[in-house]
Amino acid sequence: MDVPIYSLVLYLVAAVLFIIGLMRLSSPATARTGNIMAATGMLIAVVITLLLSEVLNYTMILVGIAIGGIIGGVAARAVRMTAMPQMVGIYNGLGGGASLLIAAAEFFRYYNLDGGFDVQNAATIMVTVLIGAVTFSGSMIAFGKLQGFVESKPITYPFQNIFNLVIFLAILAAIIYLIVAPESIPLFIGLIVVALVLGVLLVIPIGAADMPVVISLLNSYSGLAAAAAGFVLGNMFLIISGALVGASGFILTRIMCRAMNRSLTNVIFGAFGAAAASSAVGGDEGERVVRETSGEEVATLLGYSKRVIIVPGYGLAVAQAQHQVAELADMLEARGVDVKYAIHPVAGRMPGHMNVLLAEANIPYDKLYDLDEINNEFERADVAVIVGANDVVNPVARNVQDSPIYGMPILNADKAQSVIVIKRSLSPGFAGIDNPLFYMDKTMMFFRDAKQAFLEIIDEVKHM
Amino acid sequence: MNQDLVFLLYIFVLAMFAGYEVITKVPPILHTPLMSGANAISGVSLIGAMVVTGPQQTDLSVILGMIAVIMATVNVVGGFMVTDRMLAMFRKD
Repeated sequence: MDVPIYSLVLYLVAAVLFIIGLMRLSSPATARTGNIMAATGMLIAVVITLLLSEVLNYTMILVGIAIGGIIGGVAARAVRMTAMPQMVGIYNGLGGGASLLIAAAEFFRYYNLDGGFDVQNAATIMVTVLIGAVTFSGSMIAFGKLQGFVESKPITYPFQNIFNLVIFLAILAAIIYLIVAPESIPLFIGLIVVALVLGVLLVIPIGAADMPVVISLLNSYSGLAAAAAGFVLGNMFLIISGALVGASGFILTRIMCRAMNRSLTNVIFGAFGAAAASSAVGGDEGERVVRETSGEEVATLLGYSKRVIIVPGYGLAVAQAQHQVAELADMLEARGVDVKYAIHPVAGRMPGHMNVLLAEANIPYDKLYDLDEINNEFERADVAVIVGANDVVNPVARNVQDSPIYGMPILNADKAQSVIVIKRSLSPGFAGIDNPLFYMDKTMMFFRDAKQAFLEIIDEVKHM
Repeated sequence: MNQDLVFLLYIFVLAMFAGYEVITKVPPILHTPLMSGANAISGVSLIGAMVVTGPQQTDLSVILGMIAVIMATVNVVGGFMVTDRMLAMFRKD
């Protein structure tokens, strides 16, 4: 398309605003203005696009923007912070779907054009269709798994990976054929349908515990889909923006894989959860004893400590106990206790999720520490309070070589002087293995729902 | 492959590196807002969707484009707004 120079310059300004906006995400203090800068960049890009000479159909565009804007605005206000993974999951899908539709629209435009396709048009369109369709349907399944609409356990069947490989090869063959001879509508529609099916098949064998990885990966794909649509239209702005998102999702995928001690191939092709649960370590559990404790004992221990580190896991969010944790922390701080939070990268259901849930409960972000920042401080802590977390504090990861979580980075909660574990029962975590931390002499188990536990502790601290 | 496509590939690859450098510096505490912000930015396909919806006459391409406009706008508006909502919750002691 023919774009005037001033538009190209303004698209560059918009792209720069995106990058500066992302740079400002390096600190919570500057992040909010960064987000507003990125939004301003998008607004500039939308306005200059409306002014392009080939954009004439204002009614349809503005009606579309109005409908999408209302849906997006209402959803952004209504969504609960615990449901952020689902929201990001849907948005990944919409990004992929939009790119798919752009590629399809360009296909039909070239089809009706006298000149027809050249190889470059056809190739970029087909690749965009593949990435967009897989992102769309894969994200919808990921959303369904997180929301409980789709079975969250891995869905497996014999020869699954081989079957997927055959489908992928069929898609590649169709793409190559369509690049050489694009003028076949049935084959093009067939390509879209099979690519959508592939997205579904790739995500159904992945268990709920691995969803943080899948959501991150699909986040990356949605960016790549936008960049691919940029190749179709020859639009540099789309390519730059899409590449930024692609890089972001890629980095998060890697961080999540490392935090879960898994390789990406293992997550995608391994059908974890099903296999690991069946190989759970049994053995001498019956002979070991745990020390049970009460709200009163925990309150006394915490109230007379100097340094307390709280280790929240997703169980905390399930019990909706964030506000009670914050209340107890305030009371302890009023007594001169230093309270910090140790956040494992996989503590929530998506990257960074637990931080948002705690921020929502008015816990200041300068008390939230990630694994590398806080791991050396456990030795000096009087008490580590573990709430609804299990695998991320399992010392087995450090020294038992045949354990499925061996090598996984863990929080050194077992190094604290005393350890309090708030948990409903002794049941194992996602990895399906026993946790020796629960049986240590310095560990006290408080078998309660997290919210109930904190209410009892708060009540006792009040009377101290 | 003609030169235009190679030129676009240059831009893509360099932007990936720029993105990698910038996003590596985002701390884990902000990874959720980063993802929802990335959703908003990937809503940039709105620009492409507007271009394909652009022609005056209504045909299949324009209808597909309009659906794409709706989907991408949900991403843009919803993504930026929910990111702002989250970032507003982060406060210092």
